[in-house]
Amino acid sequence: MTRHHSTVFWSGFALILALLIAAPLILPPFWGRFLTEILIWGLLAMSSDILIGYTGMVSFGHSAFFGLGIYGTAAALLLVDPPNLFLAILFGLVASGLVAAVVAYFSTRLQDIYFAITTLIFSQIFYVVIFTWTSVTGGENGLAFTRPGLGIPGLYVVRFTPEMMHWFVLAVVAGSYLLLRRITQSPFGTVLQSIRENEARTRAIGYHVEHYKVVSVMISGLFAGLAGVLYALQNQFAAPDFVFFLVSGETVIFNVMGGIGTLVGPIVGAGFVLLLREALSRFFTEYYLIPVGIIFIAMVIFLPQGLLGFMRRWLNR
Amino acid sequence: MTIPWDLIAIQTVNGIVTGMILALVASGLTLIFGILDVVNFAHGELFMLGAYIGVLVLATTGSFSLALVAATIIVALLGAALQIVTLRPLVGRDPLTTILATFGISLVLQNYALWQFGPVARKIQEPITGHFTLFYLDYPWYRVMIALLSAAIIGGFWLFLKYGKYGIWIRATTQDRVMAEAMGIPVPWVHTAVFAIGAGMAAASGVLFGPLAGVDHAMGLAWVLKAFIVVVVGGMGNLGGSIAAAIFISLLEAYASIWVSPSQAVIVSFVVLILTLLFRPTGLFVPISK
Repeated sequence: MTRHHSTVFWSGFALILALLIAAPLILPPFWGRFLTEILIWGLLAMSSDILIGYTGMVSFGHSAFFGLGIYGTAAALLLVDPPNLFLAILFGLVASGLVAAVVAYFSTRLQDIYFAITTLIFSQIFYVVIFTWTSVTGGENGLAFTRPGLGIPGLYVVRFTPEMMHWFVLAVVAGSYLLLRRITQSPFGTVLQSIRENEARTRAIGYHVEHYKVVSVMISGLFAGLAGVLYALQNQFAAPDFVFFLVSGETVIFNVMGGIGTLVGPIVGAGFVLLLREALSRFFTEYYLIPVGIIFIAMVIFLPQGLLGFMRRWLNR
Repeated sequence: MTIPWDLIAIQTVNGIVTGMILALVASGLTLIFGILDVVNFAHGELFMLGAYIGVLVLATTGSFSLALVAATIIVALLGAALQIVTLRPLVGRDPLTTILATFGISLVLQNYALWQFGPVARKIQEPITGHFTLFYLDYPWYRVMIALLSAAIIGGFWLFLKYGKYGIWIRATTQDRVMAEAMGIPVPWVHTAVFAIGAGMAAASGVLFGPLAGVDHAMGLAWVLKAFIVVVVGGMGNLGGSIAAAIFISLLEAYASIWVSPSQAVIVSFVVLILTLLFRPTGLFVPISK
């Protein structure tokens, strides 16, 4: 039974991975780029699933981690000469990790909606700071930079083509998925899920619930920061809009639509919403959020498990 | 450094005026939270729609008081409809699902306003154009009127809660939902009515605020955030606490904007929120239980 499950799971994983690897070679450039974007937003949504789906805390502040990942990358690429890809990733992760530590320290003292509101307020603090600190962050105009090559600086560097960027993003997202899956299945991840199911009982058994919550917020924030790094590398600009809480809201929408507690569900949710936006924007131009919002409300009421909710148990085995 | 007493006096008046509008927004929010257990993310959009309806009614009839009443009633009815359609099916589910639903509503309403009214800000004409002299400034009487009107609306609502038959129903539902139901109070309709009242109060504050700054589709965002802060600082579901917190935070922001730009002054209220959550998580203006 278990062996059968893992055979099916890994063949499915390999099949989807192979399709995603082949995609940029088959798809026209526009849709290739589109797929890369889906993967990046999917990683952001997946990072937030650790909190929403596993620890049972809804974060409305993921834009802060995502945005700081972007600005951290921007800092590395603008300040360090010559630009270095790995330094960019490191800067992005450090920036988002620091922010995550601050947010985690304060917000995990609170529960449910108080947690949600606190994370929201924190992301707004960073938004205001970035928006008004024009001399450093470029303010409303943001920052533009160029993406470094892939390889070891000084020895061997190749420029990113759109296909290579896609594969790079895919490798990071797939690696993150495997890592996050491993984390959720580890004893640590099991404790997170028991906090979701019954926090008081978890505490009574003797687990230090606050420590687990802090660590889960930090893991979540780091992966959100990684998504920010990828976004910065893909689009080569940073803007305060990415720190604004609407991005956090979209992250939550991706999760709910795709199915929380599945890790892959949020990626599917991101793809679903972005495709919906693409399709609807032909009819509604920039007002596509009206139908998207209505579909979202309907899904919250009628399909709270999300698109992949029916697979939730199977995916977590 | 000399203390700029005149500036402080002016900012005190300003702070109280915005504080009263904020109190009106936040009391609707805290009421909805206290009774329905719903964190209404769409509250800022109800505020914004109220302001837009005010603009439209004012343009056709020219009467500010009619605009105020019409906006309140229309948005209250809209609130009731939204509550019945989207929040009623969620009763008994995780309270977090209501955050998601109201967030969806706010997206829809905000983009609807953008679609319907366009991105250009509209202006509501002040109903009273007189000024009085405050130090070297010509201070508009209208701002004083806003503070008084907001206070009157909140006061009237408080009296209704205290002495009105339906007000007693609302308070009974807040205290014990099951017992209220057992006493024959139609709890689902109390919920709808409370949401409608909260929506109406948001709309009224939108119309009152309209003349101070432009009316645009994104104005709700800033207000809903401030109102959240006020509601948490004042103690969730605590009406008196919210009013005190609204004025307290608005005053702090007003004083802070003497020295920094208003967009940075917002950080002061964030800091107040964080300190409150650290040291008095039940709210700053809640009496300590013995």
